[in-house]
Amino acid sequence: MTSLTRRLALAAGLVLPLAALPAAAQTVLKVRPFGDLRTLDPMTTSDYMVRNHAYMVYDTLFAVDAKGLIKPQMAESFTTSADGLTWTFVLREGLKFHDNTPVTSTDVVASLKRWGERDGLGQQLLAHTASLTATDPRTITLVLKDRWGLVLDALGKPSSMLPVIMPARIAATPANQNITDATGSGPFMLVKEQWSPGSKIVYAKAPTYQPRKEAPDGLSGGKLANVDRVEWLIMPDAQTALNALQAGEIDIFEEMPPDMISLVKGNAKITVSKLAALQGVFRMNQSQPPFNNPKLRQAMLLLVDQEQAVRAYVDDKALYTVCPSFYMCDSPYFTDASWPKPDLAAARKLIAESGYKGEKIVVLDATETALSPQTLVVSQLMRDAGLNVDYQAMDWGTLSSRRTSKNPVTQGGWSTFASGPAAPDMTEPVGHLALRSNCENSWFGWPCDEAIEKLRAEFTMAPDLEARKAIARKIQERAVETVPYVPVGQFWLVRGQQASLKGLLSPGVPVYWNVSKSR
Amino acid sequence: MTSYVLRRLAATIPVLAFVGLFVFFLLRLTPGDPAILIAGDQATIEQIASVRTQLGLDKPLTEQLFAWAGQLAQGNLGRSVLSDMEVTRLIGMRIEPTAMLALVAILMALAIALPLGTLSALKAGSRIDRMVMAFAMIGFSSPVFVVAFFLVYVFALTLGWFPTQGYVPLAQGLLPCLNSLVLPGLALAMLYAALLARVTRASLLEILAEDFVRTAHAKGLKPRMVVLRHALKNAAIPVVTVVGVGIAALLGGVVVTETVFNIPGLGRLTTDAILRRDYPVVQGLILVFSLVYVTVNLLVDLSYVLFDPRIRY
Repeated sequence: MTSLTRRLALAAGLVLPLAALPAAAQTVLKVRPFGDLRTLDPMTTSDYMVRNHAYMVYDTLFAVDAKGLIKPQMAESFTTSADGLTWTFVLREGLKFHDNTPVTSTDVVASLKRWGERDGLGQQLLAHTASLTATDPRTITLVLKDRWGLVLDALGKPSSMLPVIMPARIAATPANQNITDATGSGPFMLVKEQWSPGSKIVYAKAPTYQPRKEAPDGLSGGKLANVDRVEWLIMPDAQTALNALQAGEIDIFEEMPPDMISLVKGNAKITVSKLAALQGVFRMNQSQPPFNNPKLRQAMLLLVDQEQAVRAYVDDKALYTVCPSFYMCDSPYFTDASWPKPDLAAARKLIAESGYKGEKIVVLDATETALSPQTLVVSQLMRDAGLNVDYQAMDWGTLSSRRTSKNPVTQGGWSTFASGPAAPDMTEPVGHLALRSNCENSWFGWPCDEAIEKLRAEFTMAPDLEARKAIARKIQERAVETVPYVPVGQFWLVRGQQASLKGLLSPGVPVYWNVSKSR
Repeated sequence: MTSYVLRRLAATIPVLAFVGLFVFFLLRLTPGDPAILIAGDQATIEQIASVRTQLGLDKPLTEQLFAWAGQLAQGNLGRSVLSDMEVTRLIGMRIEPTAMLALVAILMALAIALPLGTLSALKAGSRIDRMVMAFAMIGFSSPVFVVAFFLVYVFALTLGWFPTQGYVPLAQGLLPCLNSLVLPGLALAMLYAALLARVTRASLLEILAEDFVRTAHAKGLKPRMVVLRHALKNAAIPVVTVVGVGIAALLGGVVVTETVFNIPGLGRLTTDAILRRDYPVVQGLILVFSLVYVTVNLLVDLSYVLFDPRIRY
């Protein structure tokens, strides 16, 4: 052996034992999520990344199936008294938290009470609740003050904030403080010591998880963890993520920008599928002129051509829907009642009738978001209609701060911004983020309308689906007059994935149970 | 020399204090609020206010400043308002990738620039010289992200020699770690190599015209020995100065390189913290960067002694 060879052999001997070995025998699903996990508490934030994290580590009493129906999940069964006031839920046998302690009704009660302090629907549930008690280790009894019709909808709520079940000791954390212990009873558990904010979040298959026997159906059914680990690798740059997907370094690329789809077409190793539907929301500040004038808001509804706006983001007809409704088009409450067709001339006429005198309209645009192209199109339509648009480009951090201001535009206020709430938050009138018109308590823009609020309250008391549909229709008819916001089209976010993956579900929220990957 | 070093170290305290104060107020003047980003898109004004209280952001600015200064005095950079992790721990988790990337980039830059700059000086005015200077001009004027995507396309996606992204920690082996740093290191080194090649050429050209070089040739020393033993050593001071100054450019460059190559280093941490208005993390990082600049400058000054015995501290 020459001297050089000996040196190389020595160097290899020093280096190779250090090479990674432990994960070699495991199946690791590598996912580029759309964002980063900032906190661990699904009850203090509506951040969708925290919601997605919650689906990994927690389970819920009820869950929504693929048809939108609420099905028992942690609950084995439930009964309702004849007067509809007393609800009894029985937990499935053998449920365990990741720390191997059993899930009991005490944990459920503590979790639901904490959730009910923060979540809008949860607050309504608790407001209608006379008592919520743990009757025995597996039984929970809910007694309502009055016949409130959304008990199951609340407990099976599919999006932020989720009514997840956590150990009572953790649920005892005040609802205005973030929990730091992510112990749940879900299919995966967080490997907290490997969590590196801004870089990587690691989940391991939870050995304690007890899946339901049914096949997965939407967000309900059996949640089988078919991989040993799931790694969320944070990649802020979409091109980097696409490179990594093409090179096989990651398995899933969440929220692939639509203009990248053509780059992977023809690549047999990669497929593209629908991830989650959003509704584009163009929100107007109704606490300040000029959009405190309903006529001007009605003009906005007339001038926005959804097709034109949404195609600025995605041009594939399979990935967007022009939907003449405040509800998602596939919602059971969808109605096109009273919806006007886009009409620029009519919009101009209404603007003139509104008494608009060229006041400045400050349009906030977070340029890194999917709604930015729509904002540009709507801004131009507004200019075409004769509105004095002051377009201001910024990042989401700045926009989300600016939109809390109720000041006039001359003092740092705003007139419009765009956002894209997920479908589950835009499906029915009570949970609907942008239809709420309860003034100060409504979402930024603060629409204020007693009639809509009265109808929303009636909706919660409606006896059946048909009655609810009728109320949802009335709400839409009223909202076409008050225009709490202007929908700018519904569209699908897509994900790129390795074609070799099996069983990846598309329930409208990114979930990683049921998916399997060959070693 | 000891007293010089102590004086220089003492001088860093007011520098860091000024930087800290400047960053603290600059961040507060920037639009944005971490409480809003934490509370989420659907949070009410009350929920946002509750988060602000929890983070202590509702307190007067001076109170927040004194609280931070008090923590600093105890060597504590505070906690991230987003992840609630200690800033020192967060920075500690990210130092290795950035340090390794910077080291690989500097070594690559030196390996490219010193031979090219020397060759260019020795063949001044020739076609080789013009080619080297053309390379320097291209390297200087090519944005890091363009070079990065070009390298990824050729060497990762087309040839498959290197990964497209990611960082393998040293703990998993030196070779896998270096393998993950070849492309980002090269992307970052290009600008730096171009700068160093030009400085090396200019400095060496000046030295080669000195009397002592002529004397060395007259004594019959081989041309290689004249260049390597005499000329290069004397030309080193401007090169070392540029290496030191270049650390600043390098730290700026890692922000882009770490994003394009998805390396979880200090550059990524900085951009993430700024975008999310994570004040304690940004403040901590800027202080750490300032400390690095001050230390590198001191080391550069001290290294002059090695190259020029006339310099004394």
